[in-house]
Formats: sequence, structure tokens, C-alpha cells
Amino acid sequence: MSEDRGVAQALPDDVAALADVPADKGEVHVVHLYPREMSIYGDLGNTRCLAARLRWHGYRPVVHDHHPGAPWPERADIILGGGGQDSGQVRVTEDLARHADRLRELALDGLPMLMICGMYQLFGEAFITVEGQRLPGLGILDVTTRGNATRMIGPVVLDTDFGSVVGYENHSGSTVLGEGQQPFGRVRHGRGNNGSDGHEGARTGNVVGSYLHGPVLPANPALADGLLEVAARRATGGWAPAEVDDTVADRAHQAQVRRLLGS
Amino acid sequence: MRTSLALAAGKGTRALSRLRGGGSALPGLVTERLDPAVLRHTLGALPQGVVVVSGTNGKTTTTKMLVALLRAHDLRVFTNPTGSNFTRGVISSLLGEVGLSGRLDADVAVVELDEAHALHFSAQVPPTHSLLLNVARDQLDRFAEIDHTARLLTTLAEQTTDGVVLNADDSFVSRIRGHVGDGVQVRWFGVDPSIADRLPELQEADVRFEDAEPAREPGPGDALLLPEEDGQAFTVRFVGDPEEAVGPLTLRQRGLAAMINATAATATARHLLGPSFSAPTAARALAAVAPPFGRGEVIDVDGAPLELVLVKNPAGFTVALGTYGTEPVATMVAINDNYADGRDVSWLYDVSFDSLRERGVALTSGVRAWDMALRLRYDGVEVGHVEQDLDLALDRFLEDHRGRPTRIFCTYTAMMHLRRRLADRFALARFGEDPDA
Repeated sequence: MSEDRGVAQALPDDVAALADVPADKGEVHVVHLYPREMSIYGDLGNTRCLAARLRWHGYRPVVHDHHPGAPWPERADIILGGGGQDSGQVRVTEDLARHADRLRELALDGLPMLMICGMYQLFGEAFITVEGQRLPGLGILDVTTRGNATRMIGPVVLDTDFGSVVGYENHSGSTVLGEGQQPFGRVRHGRGNNGSDGHEGARTGNVVGSYLHGPVLPANPALADGLLEVAARRATGGWAPAEVDDTVADRAHQAQVRRLLGS
Repeated sequence: MRTSLALAAGKGTRALSRLRGGGSALPGLVTERLDPAVLRHTLGALPQGVVVVSGTNGKTTTTKMLVALLRAHDLRVFTNPTGSNFTRGVISSLLGEVGLSGRLDADVAVVELDEAHALHFSAQVPPTHSLLLNVARDQLDRFAEIDHTARLLTTLAEQTTDGVVLNADDSFVSRIRGHVGDGVQVRWFGVDPSIADRLPELQEADVRFEDAEPAREPGPGDALLLPEEDGQAFTVRFVGDPEEAVGPLTLRQRGLAAMINATAATATARHLLGPSFSAPTAARALAAVAPPFGRGEVIDVDGAPLELVLVKNPAGFTVALGTYGTEPVATMVAINDNYADGRDVSWLYDVSFDSLRERGVALTSGVRAWDMALRLRYDGVEVGHVEQDLDLALDRFLEDHRGRPTRIFCTYTAMMHLRRRLADRFALARFGEDPDA
């Protein structure tokens, strides 16, 4: 169905040219799952952010857009997915099932993945519709989501292993963690997984699921680099970050924290 | 009796809020609380009906053009010219024009309504005609899903009693054809097939899937946009009716989006007017329409032009950058995230800012000034300054570029704020007092 057969694309030259360090630390391959169907809320910005930061750190990013029906990319060092509409989720179900075993193996093997909103739900155990129908997920994260009449919408601040994280949630699914499943963060402002237990997202190993758009990575550079470190170590055997000027990202981050938490 | 009381209370509130220089929706809210059927009483009785203009982008511009076209054909038109496109805004506009009897001195009403409020309105007053422009991602914190938005427009079309005008090039809109009632006439507008390659300038391709129905082939009577070679002038031609072509003409507002809006308005005016439609009259009327407030409006700042460009979603911002990208000038971007702006600013990552790279952005401002600067950093666009306070930012921007052309891209509430300040400094008309609507 797609004209793009998973061909690798480099970061646009213009952004690469901005980096004042050579790209001599090796290639890191970034796979974005279903950019057309599952990136309606700007989640492609996460991929752009990772590609740009890799380049700024002196690595050579190679981005693969994976579309339904296309062959699996030649290499994956980190995998991203975003939020979509119900119709988008329907369009990717078959392809996701085709690659389910591969994704489960890669997750077990420690490959970093960031799955936002709709893809977070699809990475869970199951989604139970408003009508009570149970749709199985990949089961990589032990979470179960129920369709809900009311949407949880608004700005969010979390405490996470990567420090405070800011973003924006917009979901009708209400998600509950299975026993022993770690959340991605604790809610300091906003609703989180379900609006009642204070949990947001889920994390197993290097797989992070979250409802946060924003997109979440640009204004949370510690999270972005945390994921990149794992990806770079897998790809190149080491992590040698450069000095990246994150003044603007930090100010954007702090402005939201201050505004929402009043501190 | 209840309508009279409601109108009197609303009129009182309107006078008070004008004294305070306040917003356009409050008086409407008061009247609506008192008499929810006020719209039906006043608008339902108009001899030539009620036209609703809806869709994600271009409502205000298209409404203004349609009103100008109808007035040029000697119809008395009631409209909501303030860009306050909620039901309450319509009632607020009514208050200025009706007596307490509820009688409105007009032949036809043309109102712009956003997708959600259009249904609230049509529940009170079923429109005789609706003009459906396009569907794009917009303020997903309010509408949740683009498919949902498309369904709202479909429902509006289902409730329309006489005629529906549809965009042939937008599959979300063209497929509404299958939902209009028996006996309801359907008219089409679109771009001429010779410029089909320019459609990406007008709409988002990435939310339309390859298995979506193909665009409709032009048929007899369709209004098609045919730009001239110079890119400024254009003609609206009607398939199978070369005599009736409107133009060539040049709009006062720039860009392909304004031209397709003019095409939509022309298709609707011709449908409403029937044999009384005059192509030369229509061309003259369109050429005279001033850009609505903040939609490419040009403000004279001590002899230098300042362009105020409203941006509120990826498609709109992309169209605006395409329209203005060929003439780079000093640029400010002001992003707020109040309810009317859309509280989620994620959409900024669905816009490419490449066209700003060469010249850079002098200033970002608004509540999300830092997020905007961060977004530009990821497209390699240099940002001169970040100043969250809109007043300080505007002062600095005008001061730094005194005597030179400038441009501000801004979200809705940032635009309202900046324009109010510019109105005070440069003696412009206020909102709701559009002199040449």
C-alpha cells in the first residue's frame, strides 16, 4: 500500500548542518511506526527531536518510517510510536500483529521504545471497548485500557526516573497497571492513566508507554537523552554525548512546571 | 413576550460591555440564557433563509466574501462579522439589529459557525443552506478527532433543508454528498484540474489515506478556481457555462487559500441568487473585500506595513507560510494556549518552518513563547528574542524594525490582544465595528 518501502532516510541536511560537531560516533537507526496513521498530535516531533539530538551529540541518525504492509526496516536501535484516531488504530492492527513477536523479542532484549497514547494502549495487554469487547494488545506492557465516555484532557507534569516531565494528555481510554507493573511517572498535575491512582504511563525495561503529547521529547531533553543513551550503546557500544545547549528546552519546560505547579 | 425580555436584557448587557470595551459574546450569553429559542424567532422568518458557513479553515474570510457578494446584488444580509463564531456571537450580532419585537430587517442571514457550534445553532434554526469548506486537524483538545469533526459537518448537511455547497477536493467534505436529504440541492466548488498539483498548499494530505474515495470529477455547474499566470489574479469558472465566469480579478487578501474561499463564496452566491447572479457584479464585489481582522490584515505602522496573520492549526499555518514565504520580512510568532487557541500546542510540530530559516524569526511571544522558540530550533530557524509578554514583545518588535515591513503570525487570543493594542496606537477599527464588512 505504501510507496515508501521502509527506505532509510537521513536527517534533513539543513538540521544536520547546524551541528558544530562531526558525525563520527556511528549510526543510530530510529524507527517510527505508522507515521501516517498514528501521529495526529505532533508525535512525529519526537522522531525529529531524537534525530536532531543524535546529530548534535555527534552520531549519524538514520530514520525509518515504517508503514503498514512494508517490510521491516533493516535495522532498529530505537522505536517510536504515536497517537492516532480510532480509524488509524484499525488501519495498523494487522501490521502490528505481523510484527508482534519481533517487537516482544526486541523489548525483552532491551531495545528502547517510546509509545505514546494510542500506541501505548496497543502495547498493553488489552483494550476493552465501551461495549465490553476485549481487543488483545501486544502485551509488552502489563496495562489494560477501558474505553470511557469522558476524555481526560489537559496539561500534565510528572515525576519520573528522568526527572520532571511536562506534556499534554488527550485520551478517553482509562488505563490500569497490572500487578507489579511500574508506571512511567507519578502525576503532579493532570489526570494520568485513569485520573484516580496517580500513575501515568508504564515502563518495563527500556520500553516507555505514556499518554503525553507535546510532543513529549523536545521539552524534556533528559528523557530524550535517556532513551538515546540506551540506543547509542546498543548501536555503537558506547555513549559519548556532546555539550548540547538546552537553554530553550529548559525554559519551555520550566515555564510549564511553574505555571502548573506554582513553584 | 419572553423573546422581548431576553432581547432587552441582552441589549442592556451589550451596552455595558461596549462601555467596558469588552468581548463580543457576553451579551449573547445573557440573551441565550433567557430565551434559547431567540434564534428561531428572529432568524427563522427571513424570506431568503439562513446560510451557515462551516469547516476548519477560512470561515471568517469566506463569510465576509459571501456577504459582500449578496449585498452587491442588493440583498439585505444579517451576519456575524466579528469573527465571534459561536452561537452566542450570532445572538450578540442580532442584538444590534433587531427591535424588541424580534423582527430583523434583512432578507437573508449568513453566519459562520465552528463545527461544534454549528450543530447547536442548527438545532435552533435548521439552515436553508450550508457551505462546507474543509476538514483539518484543529484544536484536538476540543474536537478530539478529525473524524469526529467530519461527522459534525455531515450532521449539519443532513439538517440543511434546501441546498448544500461542498468542497469537491476534500474527501472529508465531498463524501457528505451521500448524506444530504431528498430534494436538497448540491453544488460544488474546487480547484481547476489544471492546478490539482497545488492542492497540498490548501489541505493536509497526511490525514487522508490512500484508500479514501478519489476526489470528485468536475461536473456541470461546478465552480472552479483558475489562477492566472502571475499568481495574483484568478477566475472562477463554471463548468459548462463559460459566459458566467467571474474574473479575472485580484483580491485584497493574498494567497491561494483566499482564492479558494472566494470560489466557495461565489459558488454559494450563485446558488442562492439563481438567475439574478451577475458575474461582473460578483467580480467587483470580491475585489473590494478587505481582509478580515487579523487574517492577513495589513496595518499601517507609521508608514510601514504590518501584516497580522492568524494561525490556529497545522493546515492554516502551513498555508500562511506558503502564502507569505516568498516575501520574507521581519517576523514575530505569538503562541497562546488559552481555550480559544487550542490548549495543546503539539500541532506546531506538524508544521514545517523551513521557509523561515533564511531570514530567521526576530521574536517569539505569548504564553508558549519558549515552546515556539524550541520548535523553531528543531527546524534550524534562528530566534532573536523570546518575550512571553505580548505588549513588551510588540513594542520591541516594532521598535527594532521601525520603518520596515513586518509580519506577525499569531494564535487567536494573541491576535485579539495584539490587535487591541495596535488599534489603540494606530487608530484602527475595533472588533465588531468592521467598517467595510
